[in-house]
Amino acid sequence: MPRPFTPKVVTGNALLEGDVVYLAADGSWTRDLARAELLTDEADAQVRLIEAQARAGEVVGVYLADMAEGPDGPEPTHFREAFRRAGPSGYVFAKSTS
Amino acid sequence: MYRYDDFDAAFVAQRNRQFRAQVERRIDGSLTEEEFKPLRLMNGLYLQLHAYMLRIAIPYGTLRSAQMRQLAHIADTWDKGYGHFTTRQNIQFNWPRLRDVPDILDALAEVEMHAVQTSGNTIRNVTADHFAGAAADEVADPRPVAELIRQWSTDHPEFQFLPRKFKIAVTGSSNDRAVTAAHDIGLRLVEREGEIGFQVLVGGGLGRTPMIGKVIAEFVPSEDLLAYLGAVVSVWNLLGRRDNKFKSRIKITVHEHGIEAIRDMVAARFAEIRPGFSGVDQERLAAITAQFAPPPFRTASTASFDAAYAEDPVFRAWADTNLFPHRAEGYAIAQISLKAHGATPGDATSAQMRVMADIAERFGHDELRISHEQNVVLPHVHKADLPEVHAILRAHGLATANIGLISDIIACPGLDYCALATARSIPVAQEIATRFDALKIEHEIGDLKIKISGCINACGHHHVGHIGILGLDRAGVENYQITLGGDHTETASLGERTGPGFAADEIVGAVETIVETYLAERASPGETFIETYRRVGMAPFKAALYPDTAKPAVGGASDAA
Repeated sequence: MPRPFTPKVVTGNALLEGDVVYLAADGSWTRDLARAELLTDEADAQVRLIEAQARAGEVVGVYLADMAEGPDGPEPTHFREAFRRAGPSGYVFAKSTS
Repeated sequence: MYRYDDFDAAFVAQRNRQFRAQVERRIDGSLTEEEFKPLRLMNGLYLQLHAYMLRIAIPYGTLRSAQMRQLAHIADTWDKGYGHFTTRQNIQFNWPRLRDVPDILDALAEVEMHAVQTSGNTIRNVTADHFAGAAADEVADPRPVAELIRQWSTDHPEFQFLPRKFKIAVTGSSNDRAVTAAHDIGLRLVEREGEIGFQVLVGGGLGRTPMIGKVIAEFVPSEDLLAYLGAVVSVWNLLGRRDNKFKSRIKITVHEHGIEAIRDMVAARFAEIRPGFSGVDQERLAAITAQFAPPPFRTASTASFDAAYAEDPVFRAWADTNLFPHRAEGYAIAQISLKAHGATPGDATSAQMRVMADIAERFGHDELRISHEQNVVLPHVHKADLPEVHAILRAHGLATANIGLISDIIACPGLDYCALATARSIPVAQEIATRFDALKIEHEIGDLKIKISGCINACGHHHVGHIGILGLDRAGVENYQITLGGDHTETASLGERTGPGFAADEIVGAVETIVETYLAERASPGETFIETYRRVGMAPFKAALYPDTAKPAVGGASDAA
């Protein structure tokens, strides 16, 4: 039995800035995970991923990251994605000046 | 200290022009990321978790004041005001933007620095003893030969597409402070009947398959060294596993073929290529060596040092831990800890960089060193100046008296920055340092090296820590394995696993348990942690860490989990 599909977002790093970006429903890249499009259908997710990978002039290292549906949009289900969203611990400025 | 000649300057300038054009072509779409990635890696540019990261070489860990000031300028102009010194004598900037990197590289070239071969499958930055040229226990300064190897290996046409990265370290002292046994090649300067040569170790390395280097040659004369190094790398370049990234390092090649077979192949290859070395390299070495002439040491009274040592307990505590014997009368090697309790190990702000540069210029013959232990060293300070140096350091949060103690922790960037990491390292280091500072027992504990890696690649050298900590992802939760008994020095050994790992909120308590066990077990206050461990073995530590499990096997057998 294949594992059931879990919700995902398309994410990667911006080519010029290098910072974490997420794909929004309108096709734009957002720094705000809450604005990312939560993909609940596997086929849909694959199409969105392929489209995003083709935008090589905008982003690097695009992949599908597991997320859960939260009250304010997608929420990380794994600590790696939580740290990607939050920035390094110990430096409060880390994500505030991009 | 070595200064670039016209060739060096032209080479770095040309490389920077090439990379500037490559960045432009990536941005305008002429190059794909797949095409660009190996080019950026050859110039030290990674893409990490939150941003790009630029790794800059500090060859053999040696810096002039002007170079340190330029690093501060880069931190302020193109980054976020700080840099991170690494276990391989590099500095990493964590937030450069792609368009700015060519400007950063040009700024580095202004002070004779670069990021060439700090990544990729090449011979990496050559590291050396951070006390080189200053230590009282040294046979000879290892930096001239390290510089010669840097020049030989930079853009070496045969060695630009190796099976994997290749790391060389050199020590000039029998007290190994350069971790030579954990390098692909470790060189130990030795003297035999008045002649200087090298004991050569090969196949050391940490990572997922840790190995202690094996002696491939007891004595290679200085004039044969480059040919011998070329022979080793050449043999591995042919034999090395390109089919499997995890088996590609020379340690695996040596392990699979055996050191005797490798030694024979290297000898055969050496015989082939040695005639090609006509002596130009030795002329070059002589010219480099002249540039590493010791500074003009002065003769002065040390009365002010003696007075401060007698009267000021804060200065005395710092002098006792952070100073090391210098070979010149009246001088000391002063270590600046980048491990203030609760701070990120190895990080320095631009303001701190400028303070250290100013001190080096005023009091330290314009020299600074970066240690593999992520601290900064003032290699040549007259003792008469140390009270003033200490006062300045103290005013800038740089006078932590903890070198070699439990809070002087090596930690890789871990999952706070690194795309490869499986868990965080920095907060664990911060919490351990803060805990033992609060307990006020770190001086009582004495020499104890904790090394933390956030994944099995072991940038934090956990295998060779007296206490090693490895952060892993266990079913979506950070989990920390502990090893005990590792040693990075001339008596190098790999640590042994204690058993099952600990959760993030348990790891500091586990370290405290280990330290309490050591304090209870040690034969005398003078017996160090590693000495006690070697005497009593794993059993008492295991019993203390896992009180609820069955009695462990006798003799500290490693856990099979």
